[in-house]
Amino acid sequence: MLRAIGLGVVLFGFWLTLSGHYTPLLLGFGVGSCVLVVYIAARMEVVDQEGVPLHVTGRFFSYLPWLMKEIFVANVEVAKVILDPKLPISPRIVVFHGSQDTDLGRAIYANSITLTPGTITTGVAGHEFEIHALRAADLETDEQQQMDVRCTRVERGRRERAS
Amino acid sequence: MDLAFDVLIWGSLGLGLFFMLVGTIGILRMPDVYTRLHAAGMTDTMGAGFLLLGMALYTVEEMVPGHTSYWTVLVRLVLVYAFLLFTSPIATHALARAGLAGGVEPWTNDAEEGT
Repeated sequence: MLRAIGLGVVLFGFWLTLSGHYTPLLLGFGVGSCVLVVYIAARMEVVDQEGVPLHVTGRFFSYLPWLMKEIFVANVEVAKVILDPKLPISPRIVVFHGSQDTDLGRAIYANSITLTPGTITTGVAGHEFEIHALRAADLETDEQQQMDVRCTRVERGRRERAS
Repeated sequence: MDLAFDVLIWGSLGLGLFFMLVGTIGILRMPDVYTRLHAAGMTDTMGAGFLLLGMALYTVEEMVPGHTSYWTVLVRLVLVYAFLLFTSPIATHALARAGLAGGVEPWTNDAEEGT
């Protein structure tokens, strides 16, 4: 129930910023459509931990600055490779280990990997992440491990990891 | 103040264009689908990112106190980037996966390097 209300509030906030009209009639339409969407979502049974991940939103925003920094650094690296006349690439498919336990956590980790240029997630099976790397030679395992740890932290908070 | 702001705006737009250009060159230079995806990823993370940052800074510079319309423009620019961050890796992943499922062998130069 709390999750449904949360979804409604987020949807209406989104509607407000996009509409820019604040007359009672249009606000009413906005409220109406948000209620309808929440109702349909509830009937589709997608108002759960995965469909409305409000519990990770705060932690996700504290993860974003680090991710943006990583994306920038990786972009500069790939730009250097592309502009190098020799095009020094050594693409290979490698497997990473991800310590996330929920599908949501895995999706966050897999998408973070894909967002940083130079690595693309091609498949996820349990804790195994199949990655296509542009330069297998200097794949920074430290960075990947740090990303894994940070994504797990987004998934379950600062609680100590079991292993 | 105004000059510093203009420099920031043009710097952002310039960087965005730079990453767009390099990404495009990358798409042309890379040998196969998978390696091209890496280059394409640059255009929608940093390329579009810096262009949107430049536009956001311009909106801030033009802002007139008391007019909420500038804020809605700013919020919309941020939302555009947020949606890009959520959708582009999924498209990239879908392309790579479709390639592998369709049996497109990833290009390698392992043999030449002897590793």
